Amino acid sequence: MGTSVALEFEKPIAELEKQIDELRKVAGDRQVEVDDEIVPLTRKLDALRAEIYRNLSPIQRVQVARHVRRPFTADYLRLCFTDFIELHGDRAFREDAAIVGGWARLDDETVMVIGHQRGRDTRENLKRNFGMPHPEGYRKALRLMKLAEKFQVPILTLIDTTGAWAGIGAEERGQSEAIARNLFEMSRLEVPIIATVIGEGGSGGALALGVADRVLMLENSVYSVISVEGCASILWKDGKSPEMREKAAKALRITAPDLLELRVIDDIVPEPPGGAHANHEEAAKALHVALLHHLEELRRLKPDKLVRRRREKFLRMGIFNE
Amino acid sequence: MVWFRKDKKPRQPLRQKLEIPADAWEKCEQCGHTDIREKFVRNLSVCPSCGYHRRIRAIEYVGILLDEGSVEEVEPDLRSADPLGFPDYPARLKKALGSAGDEDAILTVSGTLGETPVNLGVMDFAFMGGSMGSVVGEKIARLGQRSLERKYALVIISASGGARMQEGVLSLMQMAKAAAMLAQLSERRIPYVSILTNPTTGGVSASYAMLGDAIIAEPGAVIGFAGPRVIKQTLGQDLPEGFQTSEFLLDHGMVDCVVPRGELKRTVGQLLRHMSGQPAATGWAAS
Repeated sequence: MGTSVALEFEKPIAELEKQIDELRKVAGDRQVEVDDEIVPLTRKLDALRAEIYRNLSPIQRVQVARHVRRPFTADYLRLCFTDFIELHGDRAFREDAAIVGGWARLDDETVMVIGHQRGRDTRENLKRNFGMPHPEGYRKALRLMKLAEKFQVPILTLIDTTGAWAGIGAEERGQSEAIARNLFEMSRLEVPIIATVIGEGGSGGALALGVADRVLMLENSVYSVISVEGCASILWKDGKSPEMREKAAKALRITAPDLLELRVIDDIVPEPPGGAHANHEEAAKALHVALLHHLEELRRLKPDKLVRRRREKFLRMGIFNE
Repeated sequence: MVWFRKDKKPRQPLRQKLEIPADAWEKCEQCGHTDIREKFVRNLSVCPSCGYHRRIRAIEYVGILLDEGSVEEVEPDLRSADPLGFPDYPARLKKALGSAGDEDAILTVSGTLGETPVNLGVMDFAFMGGSMGSVVGEKIARLGQRSLERKYALVIISASGGARMQEGVLSLMQMAKAAAMLAQLSERRIPYVSILTNPTTGGVSASYAMLGDAIIAEPGAVIGFAGPRVIKQTLGQDLPEGFQTSEFLLDHGMVDCVVPRGELKRTVGQLLRHMSGQPAATGWAAS
């Protein structure tokens, strides 16, 4: 994949990569002669990547989570699953391309995969509305989840959205109700549900796919009640300056280890060195392993027990004094 | 052409004559109508002239909805913690506890409504904008649990700007928590009536507020997920007149009815009777 769209803190990585590329170009066919130089440089590159990614700050994680080259739902559909057939529409108003879903196969088992879909360029982003759903998206997702329940197929959701769309039509058609309905119904579906935050998990638009038996987060993904910009703008009247965004990112506790500690998520899926965008195949492989592992555990539970445990898990969430 | 002339007598200013103290007057912030406070109070803080519903405290709604002498507070001892160590949160909590009371952003009680036993939760905008954190979610869950155990109907009056940012993703999860509780009530056929007041936005609107077996809105309340300011900012255009008001939601099929404050008790009572198979209090079915 490379890092042609390098983030600020990735610049040293990009420079080293460029150096190695140039050496290779100079060497041409005489590959052997420059190996003495390339091999240590490559090793240095790996170490640098690991080092930088071990110490990411929360706001840097936000940048990684939103990276335009980060694997999206469609990439995981291609890399983790086979036999995918996309199903469209909410059967009430229209199709919402900000959420994609359909039947797929995970190894030899049929599953229902539903996820937010962002775009890599302007054209696709217009089609996908930057991965920010309208009510139709949530309603389509619920339709597909009920379809999965009918045929007793597990549901796997992939969360990757800045949040719900702040627009007139979305309000007119009741996005509050659409999100609320998903929370309500997901708490009672009698099939295993695994939700994975693959990029940014932004507020209600994320949670609408997030009431699950297991909630996983990719190592560098974030999950928050509000965007760091929104938080900084409301609390400190400054959503633009890097300092305030950094302060908000830190204060909100939005990284995977934070959420594991707060018992909001159940597991963290490791990303390859340099983040998921550095190696889509490796990222997909890790997700594949995690999904199989959790699915195997959930499969042993009878439907009523599955639902009871899911409810108990969410009913326990929260920290207060008594 | 003047047909006859009337001599103008100097008028005695009314106020001077009656000597009503200045603080006995109230002015409607919507239409500017000024009236004696007593009239506003008797009218449940609804403007006698334009019908504007002023924001009132949680305890006042309890008085409006429940029968006198039947009320018992439920779970009064839950207090917000600072689970994230969020900047300034403890100070803001302390200030809210001082100015708005101990109930956090929701007061939960048991009582009777026209002799029907109910569990009632009333959000209070005065406490940090009615924001929903762990305490609000837990109080709703426990109130719901009580409803499950006793088979009492549940009524929640919402007034909230949304999730409490200072509790981060934990406050987001309260949306799922409340919804999971309501699903249990629903499966046991225990009625749940949701009443929306000004404002009901953000995370609260996208959870229990929109999940009622019946959803009632007070006139003129702002109800929606994204706040009007955010939408205006995103789209860079003015919003249509009356956008996101109770009446707008009624037109768009999002609420069952818009009911003035003075008729809330009667309407909720009527709904609960229908949904719990009780005979009507009046009318042909009772005879």
